[in-house]
Amino acid sequence: MPDLLLELFSEEIPARMQPRAADDLARLMSEGLSDAGCTFDRVEAHATPRRLVLSIEGLPAAQPDVREERKGPRTDAPEKAIEGFLRSAGVSLEDCEERVDKKGAYYVALIETKGRPTPAIIAELVPDVIRKFPWPKSMRWGTGSLKWVRPLHSICCVFGGEVVEFEVDGIVSANKTAGHRFMSDSRPITVSSFENYGMQLESAYVMLEAEARAAVIAEEAADLAGQARLELVADQGLTQETAGLVEWPVVLMGAFDESFLDLPPEVIITSIKSHQKCFSLRDPQTGNLANRFLMVSNLIAEDGGDKIVQGNERVIAARLSDAKFFWDQDLKVSLEDRVPPLKDITFHARLGTQAERVERIGTLAGEMAERMGVSIDLAKKAARLCKADLVSGMVGEFPELQGLMGSYYAHAEGLEHDVADAIAMHYKPQGPSDEVPANKVAQTVALADKLDTLSCFWAIGETPTGSKDPFALRRAALGVIRIVLEGELKLPLLQIIRPHIAGPLERRMDAEPGYVKQLVAKYLEDGEDAAKAEENWDKGRREECLAREVVAMSDSLLSFFADRLKVYLRDLGARHDLIDAVFSLGDQDDLLKIVRRVDALGVFLDSEDGQNLLAGYKRAANILAAEEKKGTKVEAEVDEALFEGAEEEALYGALQTAENDAVVSVSEENFEGAMAALAQLRAPVDAFFDAVMVNAEDENVRANRLALLGRIRAATLQVADFSKIAG
Amino acid sequence: MLAASNKATPAVSLDPQRSFQGLILTLHNYWAAYGALILQPYDMEVGAGTFHPATTLRSIGPRPWKAAYVQPSRRPSDGRYGENPNRLQHYYQYQVLLKPSPPDLQELYLGSLYEIGIDRHNHDIRFVEDDWESPTLGAWGLGWEVWCDGMEVSQFTYFQQVGGIDCTPVSGELTYGLERLAMYVQGVDNVYDLNFNGGEGEDRVSYGEVFLQAEQEYSRFNFEHANTEALLRHFEDAEAECAALLKAGDTGQGLHLMGLPAYDQCIKASHIFNLLDARGVISVTERQSYILRVRDLAKACAEAWLKTAGGGVGETANPEEVPNHE
Repeated sequence: MPDLLLELFSEEIPARMQPRAADDLARLMSEGLSDAGCTFDRVEAHATPRRLVLSIEGLPAAQPDVREERKGPRTDAPEKAIEGFLRSAGVSLEDCEERVDKKGAYYVALIETKGRPTPAIIAELVPDVIRKFPWPKSMRWGTGSLKWVRPLHSICCVFGGEVVEFEVDGIVSANKTAGHRFMSDSRPITVSSFENYGMQLESAYVMLEAEARAAVIAEEAADLAGQARLELVADQGLTQETAGLVEWPVVLMGAFDESFLDLPPEVIITSIKSHQKCFSLRDPQTGNLANRFLMVSNLIAEDGGDKIVQGNERVIAARLSDAKFFWDQDLKVSLEDRVPPLKDITFHARLGTQAERVERIGTLAGEMAERMGVSIDLAKKAARLCKADLVSGMVGEFPELQGLMGSYYAHAEGLEHDVADAIAMHYKPQGPSDEVPANKVAQTVALADKLDTLSCFWAIGETPTGSKDPFALRRAALGVIRIVLEGELKLPLLQIIRPHIAGPLERRMDAEPGYVKQLVAKYLEDGEDAAKAEENWDKGRREECLAREVVAMSDSLLSFFADRLKVYLRDLGARHDLIDAVFSLGDQDDLLKIVRRVDALGVFLDSEDGQNLLAGYKRAANILAAEEKKGTKVEAEVDEALFEGAEEEALYGALQTAENDAVVSVSEENFEGAMAALAQLRAPVDAFFDAVMVNAEDENVRANRLALLGRIRAATLQVADFSKIAG
Repeated sequence: MLAASNKATPAVSLDPQRSFQGLILTLHNYWAAYGALILQPYDMEVGAGTFHPATTLRSIGPRPWKAAYVQPSRRPSDGRYGENPNRLQHYYQYQVLLKPSPPDLQELYLGSLYEIGIDRHNHDIRFVEDDWESPTLGAWGLGWEVWCDGMEVSQFTYFQQVGGIDCTPVSGELTYGLERLAMYVQGVDNVYDLNFNGGEGEDRVSYGEVFLQAEQEYSRFNFEHANTEALLRHFEDAEAECAALLKAGDTGQGLHLMGLPAYDQCIKASHIFNLLDARGVISVTERQSYILRVRDLAKACAEAWLKTAGGGVGETANPEEVPNHE
């Protein structure tokens, strides 16, 4: 079975695009070959800065032959009809068979189509794949019209040792490639198979596999660090990126002036990484950064790398001088003085400036402070300063250091630890695995920041849809959920959101005339005239619409939280039906309470009591549902006088106690207690169903028994909506 | 005191590793030998070599073009009163524009680095992704910044669009940051310490001797004294003049008679905007609208250029038949 080797050789492909491009090449070629009926054993694809490479093993030499039968005219049909049939089927009479059915004999043409040779398929497929290749960004060059990520220079395409001949925009396929840009001579390399290609490239200083390059980088970095008794500040992303910048990695160590170590370590690491793609090193004993760094070069230099190291050291020194300059300059301005300039930075065109945003976060943090058990003044101060570092030089240069720099500056000017911590941590958590702020003031500001963002975008209707969430609102909601749950915070979300969302809604009313029209229409009374209603906008209509819109938007935001909470809990392994059973109770805006209830419910249902009670509940609910379907009204009150047996008496007594206990426990948020109260129902419910016929002959007795069943349903509703529970 | 005597030997004053001027002359010789026109700087204040009509306008339309030149570039906001060793409000770019981009452009470029003495066996030269975009020129392209031992020494761009017009054929643009490159090959850490003429001792003239005073004076002007009221007026004037010339020059029959003078006014507006920006009188929101106003001028000039001989009027050659200049 022949193999295919394909190499697309170009100018330097951006590192970040390489892995995806290799996958796309493998996918598109595999699909194209499979669609043509060419199956294969194995496919692998690789990317280096200058080439995309594909190897497919075990292809057939040709497409499989296809046999097809076509029914023709009767054997006694006029000659012309038979000739016409033969012509259209492209066969002669010898290729036809005579078959007989009830009406007599007829011809069947046996058409055999030979499969095309695989190279012919490849020669059509590759140009198509090249033209349609899904690069995130592509370009033209010279006088051509072909688009590729950067100019495409040559195509090496070999099948079973032979060149597959084709041409794409003037580039003719061949069996040639080139080695490393600087370390191999410029003579073309002739290849015959993937194995032979890989070996020749290896000796021409090209490591084909990105994983192999990354492994060499990791290994050499660890070795060099070890020799200097240091350890690498590990960075998986940087390792991958540097592996995409070289065809032959050579790791070298450089140093910078020790005085730069006065800078915050994050500044040094970020500066070295983001500008120079170099790794930082630290002392494993103290954990402090060392004045050394590692660079990944693409060359085994004749001088052992001395000039490369010198050059990089000078650039790093200049970068760190810049950082030092920013640091020194930034320290001269207090965070408080950086608040007014925030009015020059737009947060969002429809939501105003960062200054206005900070103002809102401050108000919200102040309102939440008491609930959070922190000082109102401290919470407001931290909130006011939380975005101040956005106008510092360092954050201008390294936006990823926002928050962190603010906390360094806060410490430097002697602000309260809580304030500094809140500035650093208020962006967190940034995702499911990111750290949650532990400090209460930080939690307060982090919650205020996220709730403000959510309220604002809800107010202007920019809510996430499908896979689109440009303002990361799902992440903000998840952040709120994690802070609340992990911090075990009791927060009635609706009470907090409602007054807050009014501000941005009013802003929108003032700024967007279309929105006013929309609101008037939305809240128009039956038979009311829209134009008239609009005229009354300033005479009370505005307030009325605002009040209703506040409720509507807050509810909408709360149900977004409910959805995110479901996703979050499901990811943690909670049962979907239990979450529904709790949410179905309605009016659930205390996240912690919801989760505790779900937990308790899960434990209860895992017990035998729980399972039996659930079975009893289902039985009761089924009977009630059948009755209600018939139109029977189930009475809320039970009449003890109509009891005929002890089981009814016992169940009623138990229900009164259980429901009472459950209500008390729920009000104390003791959900285990509430479950335990319900558990007491198990025996009397079982006994009731064993001994009592609900369907009594006496209508009154029957109605009373149904009412008793209704009370079972009511009692369980104190804890959860059991009808949502599966099983 | 500038050394007036000229005792520096010609060899040293031409040595790209020992003098700033030698670096420029070496690049001139290299690109002249390749067949590029060696042009002179444009005589207006611009923010980058790209603004020179020999790049902006020549990169659009079907006619082939090969040019190289030095362009003084002014970035008022980058002034540091001569106190920062790396930042200047006035510096030099070496600009090469080859249209259509030749297939061996990367090799040609590397050849120029070898020519100025960067040894391929001991230096780590890398093409690192860097997409170029000029919002004021309505232009973008894909390419790289070129690193030599971690130092960005050039921008390398394949123009895709300029003045809102698709570039066919595509030009390859090379921009060398001359001071940075010179600092690198001369091995100095402060731009003002660059040897300008290759002289030694009394004959040595440093970059600082030539430009330090200018950096100090222009920083004062850019940040403190430029008359913002007058500048705001000048901006409006240049914008109006550009529009007037574009209108007056359009024959209405597919020809334009004043694309070049109109483009001068666009350059002027762009520089005035940069000055206003340095003076800090343009708010963040206004900033965007100024950029868009300059871009509108650039686009209109690009369209006018296409109606001139330089822009391809009367051009019959199919782009496919453009003679190969190698």
